[in-house]
Amino acid sequence: MSAIQADATEATKESSIPALQLRGVVKEYPGSPPVRALNGVDLTVSRGELAAVVGPSGSGKSTMLHVMGTLDRPTQGSVHIAGHEVSSLSDRRLSAVRSELVGFVFQQFFLLDGETALDNVATGLLYSGISARKRRVAAAETLDRVGLADRMTHRPNELSGGERQRVAIARALVARPELVLADEPTGNLDSKTSESIEALLHELNSEGATIIVVTHDNELADSLPRQVRFRDGEIEFDSKETS
Amino acid sequence: MSATPLPRSSSFRLSDVFATSLSGLTTRKLRTALSALGITIGIGAMVAVLGLSRSGSAELEDRIAALGTNLLQVSAGQGFGGGDAALPEESVSMISRIGPVISVAAVGAVDRDVLLNDVVNPAQTGGLTVKTADPNLLEAVNGTLAVGRFIDSTTGATPTTVLGSVTAERLGIRSVDGTQVLIGGEWFTVVGILSSFDDQSDEVETPLFNDLDRAAFIGVDIAEQLFETTRSPETIYVRTTESAIDDVLSVLPATADPENPEEVEVTRPTDALEAQEAAESTFDNLFLGLGAVALLVGGIGIANVMVIAVIERRNEIGLRRALGATRAHVRRQFLLEALLLSVLGGVAGVLLGAGVTAFWASNQGWRIVIPPEAIVGGLIAAVVIGALAGLYPAMRAARLAPTEALRAS
Repeated sequence: MSAIQADATEATKESSIPALQLRGVVKEYPGSPPVRALNGVDLTVSRGELAAVVGPSGSGKSTMLHVMGTLDRPTQGSVHIAGHEVSSLSDRRLSAVRSELVGFVFQQFFLLDGETALDNVATGLLYSGISARKRRVAAAETLDRVGLADRMTHRPNELSGGERQRVAIARALVARPELVLADEPTGNLDSKTSESIEALLHELNSEGATIIVVTHDNELADSLPRQVRFRDGEIEFDSKETS
Repeated sequence: MSATPLPRSSSFRLSDVFATSLSGLTTRKLRTALSALGITIGIGAMVAVLGLSRSGSAELEDRIAALGTNLLQVSAGQGFGGGDAALPEESVSMISRIGPVISVAAVGAVDRDVLLNDVVNPAQTGGLTVKTADPNLLEAVNGTLAVGRFIDSTTGATPTTVLGSVTAERLGIRSVDGTQVLIGGEWFTVVGILSSFDDQSDEVETPLFNDLDRAAFIGVDIAEQLFETTRSPETIYVRTTESAIDDVLSVLPATADPENPEEVEVTRPTDALEAQEAAESTFDNLFLGLGAVALLVGGIGIANVMVIAVIERRNEIGLRRALGATRAHVRRQFLLEALLLSVLGGVAGVLLGAGVTAFWASNQGWRIVIPPEAIVGGLIAAVVIGALAGLYPAMRAARLAPTEALRAS
């Protein structure tokens, strides 16, 4: 088999690998009695999906976000991101997973106040070993994709809430991750701005990004192609399973 | 399932660590400036103390060098009767026979006043003395003439005089074109004025300076002829080879006055300056100690600010972990931030200390000396303090769990 053929086989294989796969995930927090935040979760999200993990507070969706994003390890079960089993990796290797494979969008944006929009987006590549010049080129392209080509040199305090969230989304996308996790991305925004962010998520998804939105907002969840509803640490309803 | 291999770790380039830490400081300029201030004051104080002390010693060293440490001064001590004993007339020639002695010159007392003219009240020129001097006095004491020439063996027999710098100033004489002064009721022509032995600072007084600056010198012969003075010297200045000073010192009393060696006082004029230098350096230690206390306080200030920063910037730490930073990357960032903060304070402190030294030294007319070891030492101290102060906060930042750090504040 030639190298080119091998590459081609690899590529076909990879396209069939789900972006995210959880099997029997249990997350228990120590205490008396211990709190079981996730109780045997099985979830597969394919590449190119746009899904909502939705539930009331205390349903385990925040823990889901942490486990899916490798910010926390499951007590039991396995987590695969783009085929990599990550539930037993060391902290250092998990950092590499986050740097290469996962992008995060947070409710509070978490932009660096002292940096321009461009540099904030470029921090999405800060830990990937790419030169500052290349990071900026990629950041400029991504800012353009989220419609902020004219705001590159603005600092967060010179941007509206919606613009800040666009910057944060661009930062999550700049490393072209396998998976984008958005935690209440419209939670701090008014309804009109929320709609535009929603539209942006759809648009980015249509361009190929795999996005999981974690939210308590049913309206937002219902606007997305797939809903995974949580209650008491278990999946209560998954629109993909039933359809 | 298989996939392309992952790197073993994310990476954080050194230049990026610098840029990130620097940006952490420039984002909070006022806080950065205030927390660096403690280090600035501490290092500034230490550099200034070392600089000023070094500039001051340079001044003293210049004077010691000008005088020469190989100059010895022989004078008659107190006699048994309490009155001043005199040195024997032949002591000069005796001393000059000591092997390592380069030159010998004597000065003798003349109990007369020096006046500008016969209408001046003698009280106005009090403190000025008249002395006899050997022609080679300047050679022995490294003295120089401001104007004119010194008494030689010929003019020493005529009524001519050379004035010390203070004497000339008191009498208002600046040139030697035929000016005359009245010494013991006789007119003497001024042929020369000496440069001051004490021209830089009057903090240090040695008998040498006072005696020579405040004298009017006349020849031994004319003194004997007009005022019937004895030829026995009051003070003898001895210049020896550098290596034999101690040997010469030990034989001088017996050589100068074999009959009463215990009555001969031998001193080394540079000793007074060296004592002064030593006295000044004791204060240095006090101020260096105070500077060290300021540094310690500054270091604690930085540690304090960094601990607060870690608490305040929890979300930033969480974000960075989410973006792929390892614990080590976070630790590096905060440690370097503390280091840069401290070094910033240190650089400002070195500049401040150097500025204070330059200002004060030039004010005092001293040579400005900023010791390089103070600069290097100050910067090293800043680095060490920054590292120590940043260590604990940086470890705390690194230990923070990402899920904890990302919780809304």
